[in-house]
Amino acid sequence: MINEVDQALLEKIADLVGKPVGALNIRKDGGCEARQSTEHIKIDARTDGKEGIDIRILDGTKGEKCFIPVVISKSDYAEMVYNDFYVGENCDVDIVAGCGIHNSGCDEARHDGVHTFHVGKNSHVRYAEKHYGEGDGTGTNVMNPQTVVYLDEGATIQMETVQIRGIDSTKRFTKIVCGKGAEALITERLLTHGTQLAESDMEIILDGEDSKGRVISRSVAQDESRQVFRPIVVGNDKCFGHVQCDSIIMGSAKIESVPAITANSTEAQLIHEAAIGKIAGDQLLKLQTLGLTEEEAEDRILKGFLA
Amino acid sequence: MLELKHISYVVNDAGVEQTILNDVSVTIPDGKLIVFTGPNGGGKTTLAKIIMGLVTPTQGQILLNGQDVTALSITERARLGISYGFQQPPRFKGITVRDLLTIASGDDKLTKDKCCHYLTQVGLCANDYLDREVDVSLSGGEVKRIEIATLLARGSAFMIFDEPEAGIDLWSFARLTETFESIHRTHSATMIIISHQERIISLADEVIVVGGGVLQYRGTADEILPKIMQDTTHGCPVLTRKEAATL
Repeated sequence: MINEVDQALLEKIADLVGKPVGALNIRKDGGCEARQSTEHIKIDARTDGKEGIDIRILDGTKGEKCFIPVVISKSDYAEMVYNDFYVGENCDVDIVAGCGIHNSGCDEARHDGVHTFHVGKNSHVRYAEKHYGEGDGTGTNVMNPQTVVYLDEGATIQMETVQIRGIDSTKRFTKIVCGKGAEALITERLLTHGTQLAESDMEIILDGEDSKGRVISRSVAQDESRQVFRPIVVGNDKCFGHVQCDSIIMGSAKIESVPAITANSTEAQLIHEAAIGKIAGDQLLKLQTLGLTEEEAEDRILKGFLA
Repeated sequence: MLELKHISYVVNDAGVEQTILNDVSVTIPDGKLIVFTGPNGGGKTTLAKIIMGLVTPTQGQILLNGQDVTALSITERARLGISYGFQQPPRFKGITVRDLLTIASGDDKLTKDKCCHYLTQVGLCANDYLDREVDVSLSGGEVKRIEIATLLARGSAFMIFDEPEAGIDLWSFARLTETFESIHRTHSATMIIISHQERIISLADEVIVVGGGVLQYRGTADEILPKIMQDTTHGCPVLTRKEAATL
């Protein structure tokens, strides 16, 4: 049953208020709290014995949304979930995933998820994935999401991953394989604090002619937290790839950023940029001259950076 | 009214004391436009930063409308009505022009019309700029004009502009001087402008030449401009000596 705490989590991770319009699957503590298919988007339990669902989006589906959030409210709990998306041809859809953990106990609460997308010709998918953890217990919140995307000719995906506070440990892996004329844009926003650890591995394989891949990663590491980024772009044909990682480091945090680009074609044009630095002193001073305190200025700069 | 009393600023550079400002006292009456000019490294920017609280003087007192603000923070001074336009404004990833104007105005619901009003005064079109991030995608001149617009949005009673003309094209500069003239004409703010531009100097009620850490001359633009011209024609003393020796 979805209670007030769950409802608040759902709002945070999927902007879900009340009953949404569109296809829906809400998973809570390993059970199915709600499932709703539409005429064009079918959601069914897997038939191969693994935990998770299959989402089939019919050819030509446009302007529809699909929500598949996960809520964990238990301590001493771990799950491994496999969700497969089959997006037909000529679709234009929004998929909202995300996981919220409310851990009031003293043991670990953990969600491992593998999302695999097969995106058909000329389809456009916007995929949002927010991760959030809370709870007044001493137990840790762990999330290890894997996202694997196969883009057919002319298909695109705009993937937005956000994790702001609350997750003690995350190891995320994202792999996107782009076919001819396909385009992938990954936007990553991450804030860690305390002693949290975040590792993010990404691999964009630009297999098809005129394929494009872009990674924009912005992160903030506070206190004693640690972050490791390993974005990789491989160009196997005439293609364009751009990786941009920007991190703000604070307190005694540690950040490692290891972007890599590999060209296996003379027509591949690949760029990587990575920058790590603290908040610039002149930015803080400027906002103070506009009437903000130093703390308010810092918050505003971080809010903008992670927006 | 702003009063600076016996302001000194001394820095210790690798064990060697260097005096940047030496016992500077000046009073800036309300509603006046004062231009600080003078040679590079003469102490103009340091003096302006001391007023805003960006630099703490080693000696002296700053009074704003009779209140001693010497020990107040930048934020407290900003809230008392002092604002500062940086010579080289910082850039912000993820903060838009609209965000900066909103922060400056203190009005969370700042309308597009108002933003447009501020940006027009510095020669920018709101439609082109409002939603752009104030990052490296903007040119130095654009960032500078946005910086000045934030001061206009702030609407403070005491505005300091550090070389507002630097990096700005001729057309925008003309628009900018009109804005300064308008603020001055309506006495809506007291302004200190650090500038080397004759056009801006000619707007001033009073021109103060800051050099060698002291106020060298004070007077109207008509009095001061000939002195500046006279000083700038001296050229390099070393070169002059060398040239004389070869004759």
